[in-house]
Amino acid sequence: MKILVPVKRVVDANVKIRVKSDGSGVETANLKLSMNPFDEIAVEEAVRLKEAGIASEVVAVSIGDTGCQETLRAAMAVGADAAIHVEADTATQPLAVAKLLQAIVAKEQPQLVICGKQAIDDDANQVGQMLAALLDWPQATFASRVQIAGGEATVTREIDGGLETLAMPLPAVISTDLRLNEPRYASLPNIMKAKKKPLATVSPAELDVDIAPRLKVVSVDEPSVRQAGKLVSDVAELVGMLRNEAKVI
Amino acid sequence: MAILVVAEHDNQQLKAATLNTVTAASLVGQDVDLLIAGAQCAEVARQAAQIRGVRKVLHCDAAHYADQTAENLAALILSVSASYSHLFAPASSFGKNVMPRVAARLDVAQVSEITAVEAPNRFVRPIYAGNALATIESDDPVKVVTVRATAFAAAEMGGSASVEPLSASPDVSKVRVVGRELTQSARPELGNAKIVVSGGRGLGNGEQYRALLEPLADRLNAALGASRAAVDAGYVPNDFQVGQTGKVVAPQLYLAVGISGAIQHLAGMKDSKIVVAINKDPDAPIFQVADYGLVADLFEAVPQLTAALAQ
Repeated sequence: MKILVPVKRVVDANVKIRVKSDGSGVETANLKLSMNPFDEIAVEEAVRLKEAGIASEVVAVSIGDTGCQETLRAAMAVGADAAIHVEADTATQPLAVAKLLQAIVAKEQPQLVICGKQAIDDDANQVGQMLAALLDWPQATFASRVQIAGGEATVTREIDGGLETLAMPLPAVISTDLRLNEPRYASLPNIMKAKKKPLATVSPAELDVDIAPRLKVVSVDEPSVRQAGKLVSDVAELVGMLRNEAKVI
Repeated sequence: MAILVVAEHDNQQLKAATLNTVTAASLVGQDVDLLIAGAQCAEVARQAAQIRGVRKVLHCDAAHYADQTAENLAALILSVSASYSHLFAPASSFGKNVMPRVAARLDVAQVSEITAVEAPNRFVRPIYAGNALATIESDDPVKVVTVRATAFAAAEMGGSASVEPLSASPDVSKVRVVGRELTQSARPELGNAKIVVSGGRGLGNGEQYRALLEPLADRLNAALGASRAAVDAGYVPNDFQVGQTGKVVAPQLYLAVGISGAIQHLAGMKDSKIVVAINKDPDAPIFQVADYGLVADLFEAVPQLTAALAQ
């Protein structure tokens, strides 16, 4: 069984971003870029399924500029076998990403797609569900536990108020939540080995997908910032403030 | 221009986020319809008909909607989507699961988790964990939108919309629900509680979390929340988590106990009206966003606070 894992290159989770002064977007020049954390979890889960003898091959896909190849090498350094880079100079929106992945699925014929539930830059949380819809595959979003056996996936999902476990036949799309696993670090020998693994490139035109954006970004603004209030000296003062000043209790 | 709001419910009760979503939809236009799809959910349809600002309730009752699978719900929404310019749902785990499936089938973009409606085709949504706000315009023929409930007031009850039966679509789902573990609690739901008591790593362990915070939450009729650190350490289940990767809350009062205030936590609570922080570390970032800060040992301060509130 082949598993396809889409990975997105995003501003590193530990970097504090800044809104551009002209309101046209977020300043990303010269910032550290990394694999989207939810996608790291997706790669890890796919690699574990391979190590368990359930999957035979893990293929990572990334869409974007040439920097994405670094992210794909990172995926191969933790165990992906091969990578596909879809070259796109403009930012691709979720619907276009889902269509590109649909075209890759048609070529690669995976039985399972594991993706992160959302990217930490646009926070859209759409691609996995959209891909499942375009392929007419079942979906299991926000996974915290995945078991594959007998051509079926059993997936526990994090939902509001608790957990839900779904069973579905393969092929299927699974999107990862944070608690699914803890991704490993790549060892130096594996980083070296990853440089020799196959990395193919393809263009959206070759996949016959129109990636023109559907949504227009009118402006990007700074959110209002909370100001620090006052320090109180003890519990009695705090209760007094909440009762008489803030009037919230 | 008509707007369909996909209601979230459990076949017995309408979920509160539906009311906030109706308010957001009303900002687009006056013709707001509500879709109630479920199994034996006539009571939910009756509740929904009382929401002010709803024109009519479409009630679809069939066994294969009992579990609200994305596959079947999306198919049903698509069966009525031609009558609507906008399809709205709460940006809860329910709405996030279903709506992108609808958008992809309609070949339109989805606008996720909006916090403001500026025009029928223009919405504001947070990006980068709320560190920036993007104003987005969609020229797609149908706008598929999920709504951050805490950003909109709840629609009021007291209306009297008509309830129309809607024929079920065929059962297309290959998915079986084999288990569900829902946290049973008499406390208010975290997502829409007026007061939230949240605990972090400072509590030390799950026993101390419960021993200190449950009496305080009971006293205030508050929901309980937690930082990701406390969830990762196993003090409480993941659905307690407030933050970028958990729930976004905006209560009247947010009490952060033993929480340092990582950026990803602040993303989940910074729209609260009043924030109180109790932490022994005076340099904790949480104090920079707190209206009232108390630098103290929480193991002394929290029982004192619980006792003081009883007076």
